[in-house]
Amino acid sequence: MIHLRVNGVERSFDGDPTMPLLWYLRDELGLTGTKFGCGMSLCGACTVHLDGKPVRACVTPMRQLANAQVVTIEGISADGSHPVQRAWMQAGVPQCGYCQSGQIMSAVALLRGNPHPGDREIDDAMAGNICRCGTYQRIRAAIKAAAEAMRGHE
Amino acid sequence: MDTNEHRPPNAAASAIENLSRRGFLKGLLSAGALVLGVHLVRHAAGAALRAAARRSRAGSATLHPDLFVGIESDGTVYIVAHRSEMGTGIRTSLPLVVADELDADWSRVKVEQAIGDWHYGGQDTDGSHSIRDFFDVMRRAGATARLMLIEAAAARWNVPAQECEADLHQVVHRASGRRLGYGELAAAAAHLPVPPKEALRFKTRQQWRYIGKPHKSYDLAAQCTGQAIYGMDVRREGMLYAAVVHPPVLGGKVKSYDDKEALKVRGVRRVVAIEPFTPPAAFQPLGGLAVIADNTWAAFQGRKKLAVQWDNGANAVYNSDQFKQELFETVRAPGRVARVAGDVDGEFKKGGRTVEAVYYVPHLAHAPMEPPVAVAEYRDGMVTAWTCTQNPQAVQYTIAKALNIPDENVICHVTLLGGGFGRKSKPDYVAEAAVLSKKTGRPIKVVWSREDDIKFGYYHTVSAMYLKAALDAGGKPTAWLQRSVFPPIGSIFKVGERYGNADDLSLGWTDIPYDIPNLRVENGPAKAYVRIGWLRSVGNIYHAFATQTFSDELAHAVGRDPVDYLFDLIGPARIVDLKGTNYPNYGASYAAYPIDTARLRRVLQMAAEKSGWGKRKMSRGTGMGVAVHRSFLTYVATVVEVEVDDHGKLRIPRVHTAVDAGFISNPEFARAQFEGAAVFGTSIARTGEITATDGAINQSNFHDYPVARMPEAPVRTDVYFVDSDAPPAGIGEPGVPPFVPALCNAIFAATGKRVRELPLSRHQIT
Repeated sequence: MIHLRVNGVERSFDGDPTMPLLWYLRDELGLTGTKFGCGMSLCGACTVHLDGKPVRACVTPMRQLANAQVVTIEGISADGSHPVQRAWMQAGVPQCGYCQSGQIMSAVALLRGNPHPGDREIDDAMAGNICRCGTYQRIRAAIKAAAEAMRGHE
Repeated sequence: MDTNEHRPPNAAASAIENLSRRGFLKGLLSAGALVLGVHLVRHAAGAALRAAARRSRAGSATLHPDLFVGIESDGTVYIVAHRSEMGTGIRTSLPLVVADELDADWSRVKVEQAIGDWHYGGQDTDGSHSIRDFFDVMRRAGATARLMLIEAAAARWNVPAQECEADLHQVVHRASGRRLGYGELAAAAAHLPVPPKEALRFKTRQQWRYIGKPHKSYDLAAQCTGQAIYGMDVRREGMLYAAVVHPPVLGGKVKSYDDKEALKVRGVRRVVAIEPFTPPAAFQPLGGLAVIADNTWAAFQGRKKLAVQWDNGANAVYNSDQFKQELFETVRAPGRVARVAGDVDGEFKKGGRTVEAVYYVPHLAHAPMEPPVAVAEYRDGMVTAWTCTQNPQAVQYTIAKALNIPDENVICHVTLLGGGFGRKSKPDYVAEAAVLSKKTGRPIKVVWSREDDIKFGYYHTVSAMYLKAALDAGGKPTAWLQRSVFPPIGSIFKVGERYGNADDLSLGWTDIPYDIPNLRVENGPAKAYVRIGWLRSVGNIYHAFATQTFSDELAHAVGRDPVDYLFDLIGPARIVDLKGTNYPNYGASYAAYPIDTARLRRVLQMAAEKSGWGKRKMSRGTGMGVAVHRSFLTYVATVVEVEVDDHGKLRIPRVHTAVDAGFISNPEFARAQFEGAAVFGTSIARTGEITATDGAINQSNFHDYPVARMPEAPVRTDVYFVDSDAPPAGIGEPGVPPFVPALCNAIFAATGKRVRELPLSRHQIT
């Protein structure tokens, strides 16, 4: 039995320990905000935070998650009020929106470690997240706007 | 794009009809409710309408003057979105048109996604024609409801309706200052006769609240919080999960299999066969074996353990490298003539200067971020499906055919789509779920992995283009021949089809807008060995690549500036005469949407000016390229700036796109589409290539079918719209075709390297 916390809630898992976190979140917990895009850690659609760090849930097996703290898109704010989410809405980032949970989770992690990211740092942090609709320009703008809003907060 | 046989009759045939007097609706709706139907299609059947009205909250609201709008007594306005939302914003744009003419408060509007139903008109959300076809229909829907509410208020106050007007969710009588909310009027309005079309008063442009103004997506908050529901997110009680092993080669069949190891996987329940299809493939399931399991992971794991022997069939001869050489040979031989003017051969024989070139664009895969996925539940001869589809009506007829049940016994609920790009207009994956649900007696969710998506797609076709021009002393062409060869989309509907039809050839080929006296457009034969399908912009991708690269080549060959040279090629402002050419014009009338070179010239001028074309000093390894192309009735000119270092590392700092799409209903979404088109075009140009060996696709996921990531995408795309009152034209697709040649022309300007075969990765440019 694996015990972990997902978005602050105690959970226990006794299924296939090789099952990636992605399918546990989606199929068992019904937390479908975390998306399946590639299954090989290539696209970033399944990005969640594991003990505060961004990871790809599609290649993170449950057996590695004993006592882990997992935060998904559903857990970063109760109502979409996280500054990154607000910046995303303000900039009108999403087109189809499917990749945006992962994009937002990567951006939140970036800004947690770097309140002042430049273009190059944004590129590096976000290069693992594919958006097939091509919203990168607005993602970059939203990250900068969120960074500014978060600095203003402090 | 779609072939004509699959395209429903034009929405212009619509007529609003009072259905409340028909017996068949009795008992379905609240007493006194008004029901009007916007009859969009001739073959509309009463039963389906009844079902649609029942299934839609817009249809069951107290007042629902047509199938697109319903008003509850609490003032909530329900507006039906009947087109699929895959990122273009159409689910917001069209309801906004209704809301505007209704003068509704958008914050009190609830958008409801339509199920598949022919009463809504064509729902196949492709071909960039949603606004074009439905803008007027939506205005009528809103204006009809508004007038009925006004008439209800006027009757209540005992004043002439002419003295009353709508004012943001209320009707007001100015003379007395009296006001009534829409909710308070809905029940009374429901008793009124439907005003005739002639009685409707449409808002003027100045009165529009929402139309033509930037507006955010109805789904924006849900998309940013993980709450939006895509096909991948559908869950049904008792649902099991399926992963399908598809035949590696199109048309292959299972010879034998061993499922012992698969069944040992924890969570795997059983293995079920899906019968091979009978050609033509159309949208039928590919056949194969499905692993049914308790969750997606178990299904995927079980599938890996399945040992299958295949009979690969006739398509195993397909090797794309060899096929490329065949295309190069075919394209040099005379083909079928699709458009002709003057005497091209006679001009070539005169012995003046000629230039020729051959271009090649490989197969592409759509690779939407959400792979194909569907849930279906079969019960008592009925199927209910929940899926990310561009075409719920095709879901209906495809499942109906697969299970031998009537179309109306299939209900298709449409979720949000995690990208579509044309892939999700082909519902083979939904039919798989339906077949498996019938076989297992359980709701089944079929989940395609990324590998399934890349290996078993409906590929953008592979093509070769041959162009030849004879030039006069000033360098202007006196004769122009262009010939394309590509396995046509028609091959999925008709076995052995090898030529493009008039639709295929209209996509940037027969509509070449150049002012050249001797002109011939041809198409040669090519056989399909994989499923060919529409992909965003379709034939315009390869046709524009050829014409716009060749134009640039000619400009450089005669020492002319490429923009100036394009102006010469386009010639004076005029309507291009296509008499004698079978030119479908994207299903629009040529009188309403002619090829107007004044508009083409204007966008070219705009892109050149905005980009500072010809006025900027470009340093070593940098360059600008240009292309101009009309597609989906929209005129686009694109200038791309590139930097290429000594190792072939490509950077795209800036893109300038000038667009004349006629009147633009939602500039916010339109801008986003052209920004996205530059990224989509970058993926095509840099690395877009699907290849096959012995009939099987070689690529499998984003490592070997890479698409543009943030550092590779254009850093900044600026979009400039021509302010226009012309009828609305396409938005989702027309940005892609000129981008690719503009990028390649910029690479030539930066490096002297001419790219005639895509992708760039084959030229050590990435």
